[in-house]
Amino acid sequence: MPQMNMIQALNSAMDIMLSRDAAVIVIGEDVGYFGGVFRTTDGLQRKHGEQRVIDAPIAEGGIIGAAIGMGVNGLRPIAEIQFADYIYPGFDQIASQLAKLRYRTGGDFTAPVTIRTPCGGGIRGGQTHSQSPEGLFTHVCGLKVVMPSTPYDAKGLLISAIEDDDPVVFFEPKRLYNGPFDGDADKPAVPWSTHPGGEVPQDYYSLPIGRAELVASGEELTVLCYGTMVHVAQAAAERLQIAADIIDIRTLLPLDVATIKQSVEKTGRCLIVHEATRFSGYGAELSATVVEECFYSLEAPIRRVCGFDTPYPHAFEWEYFPGQKRVMAAMQALLEEG
Amino acid sequence: MSRKPSLNIPHPPARPGDAPDFDYVQISAAGAVERPEVNSSVRSMNHLTDDLVRVMDDEHAAVGPWDPQLDAGELQIGLRNMLLTRLFDAHMVRMQRQGKISFYMQSLGEEAISVAQAMALEPSDMLFPSYRNQGLQISRGRNLMELMCQCLSNTNDMCKGRQMPIMYHWERGNIFSVTGNLTVNYPQAVGWAMAAAIKGEDDIAAAWIGEGATAEADFHHALTFAAVYQAPVILNVVNNQWAISTFQGFAGGERRSFAARGPGYGIASIRVDGNDFLAVHAVTRWAAERARRGIGPALIEHVTYRAGAHSTSDDPSRYRPKDEFAAWPLGDPLQRLQSHMIRFHGWSEAKHSALTEELTDIVTGSWEDACSYGTMSEGPYLDHSELFEDVYKDMPNHLLEQRDELRRQLEED
Repeated sequence: MPQMNMIQALNSAMDIMLSRDAAVIVIGEDVGYFGGVFRTTDGLQRKHGEQRVIDAPIAEGGIIGAAIGMGVNGLRPIAEIQFADYIYPGFDQIASQLAKLRYRTGGDFTAPVTIRTPCGGGIRGGQTHSQSPEGLFTHVCGLKVVMPSTPYDAKGLLISAIEDDDPVVFFEPKRLYNGPFDGDADKPAVPWSTHPGGEVPQDYYSLPIGRAELVASGEELTVLCYGTMVHVAQAAAERLQIAADIIDIRTLLPLDVATIKQSVEKTGRCLIVHEATRFSGYGAELSATVVEECFYSLEAPIRRVCGFDTPYPHAFEWEYFPGQKRVMAAMQALLEEG
Repeated sequence: MSRKPSLNIPHPPARPGDAPDFDYVQISAAGAVERPEVNSSVRSMNHLTDDLVRVMDDEHAAVGPWDPQLDAGELQIGLRNMLLTRLFDAHMVRMQRQGKISFYMQSLGEEAISVAQAMALEPSDMLFPSYRNQGLQISRGRNLMELMCQCLSNTNDMCKGRQMPIMYHWERGNIFSVTGNLTVNYPQAVGWAMAAAIKGEDDIAAAWIGEGATAEADFHHALTFAAVYQAPVILNVVNNQWAISTFQGFAGGERRSFAARGPGYGIASIRVDGNDFLAVHAVTRWAAERARRGIGPALIEHVTYRAGAHSTSDDPSRYRPKDEFAAWPLGDPLQRLQSHMIRFHGWSEAKHSALTEELTDIVTGSWEDACSYGTMSEGPYLDHSELFEDVYKDMPNHLLEQRDELRRQLEED
């Protein structure tokens, strides 16, 4: 099986879809000649032409707006927003236009746009290159929201996103681009070749949107997480030698409630971990869902480990990042309660 | 002597009780503005953003290089569609006043723009209208009954009850969906045109916004993208002087025209008398040919006047003189075309009366047909399940559950 990092896996997904479907195009800042600031679109313009892998002006609202128009005219655009922190100028086009076009036209007009954007911290990006704004998008009906945690998932889910006839916001945890980061920044970085999720088929395959994945199985505790936090949670559970169900949510909207329910009914204890800020964050939706679906199985209050409710600080990155220590403390507390 | 800056708060020249004053509107004589070749460079036609392209003179004659030379049959179609738009609007305003529909927006005084432009474009060109472009629908032959059903949110509503009145769309007629968010249609139209260019098709796109909406960031996005990619698109700014209560100075129109923004982006831009059917037609055809031949996009500022209220929820007597429309120097577009046709194309008051009667019957007949699909007070009504359809192509579990929850609740009631 070929080894790929997440950048190569995403590149492969786009390359395959550009080859399979003439309607697929890529548009974004620096995505063309240069191949993207993270190299995710490297070589795609050379192979597929500058009419299909298109460098865009620095205007996120324009990129999304134009992508909607292209979608209406039969194309299947992949719009890259260089950092999720830059997505806000496009928010009106996403929230009021892209997400609601099918509904407001009774299905007569649709725009199958995929928006790819790198998110999350751990790269010394400060508050303008580290944000995790997924909760702003899961609150918008009409969108699908995806965040993979491995190269294998990234490729399969991106292909599904591109093929999906509904708009998809596809968040790429950029700290995972080059390796499975477990939250320990002092340890030397490891490449994806050390992780089974780095084994990525060369050819076309897709993974279903709307399905979570149980990445570790145990009786004591359920951890709901996604993106970088999947690896942090796994490392924390291993260090504490806790037998935990670790569920990689993968597709935040629509949410795979059945997998969550099955696990929490078994363990009775639920920890929610995300890098995004806590207040009104996506974890609140997960928590409410667990309470509504599994209240009588719970043996302890649900706990959340999240980014603090501050902007992402440059100098205090590792104090802010919900790393192994905070996750382990929450796991221990959960097991001691009830 | 030093002078401190003071904050400029733009003021319209006249408020309620004042005499209307339109001295600020720069007007060229009919026929006076030259018509550049379609493939002229953007740099060579900067003056077109200050001048005002006009064809019909004070004696109702068509003069000058922009005369589109339409024949009597074409003019009659234009007049008919403008009149039908006006009668449709008047009827719908009345229905709103009677409580039959919740809301309406008329295009009184601006009918020439939509009607002439739809005629000057090809049926396969994609239109991205604003909320005062019902004339596009009518000009493309839309059954009025369908527009009325949308305003009634009834069982034949193309929007399935999901949009407030006037937010029409027409997939088969190549008219995109109207939205309450302003200027969002601008970059979408540019993207549509980019796709046409990518696919090598020769259809073009056109979009409409008001002058007030040029202040939105999407105006800048759209002009930038249109210029960078030379997208085959016509971007229209309908300068009807008023954005609800703020006059055009509040969108930045005090010192330069809205058309003047185009050349800064490298876009051919023309300022046209929006109440001159012939001038609007000619300028649109020029811009369409430029776009279709791959020479580049165009920006058109249509100088007109919003003769009615912003919407049925608005009361303009609170912020502008009541008699402004009568004083508007560019007149009434419908009367002007009618006078031109009477003088030069065998039209007459008698024919006009007969046409008015015929179209009034169409409007009232369409309304009766529309009401047979349901009104706000009498059924049939849309099925409540429509509330949950089309959020996604396939309904996800959480919506299925919410749909069932509502269904159970309604069964209990």
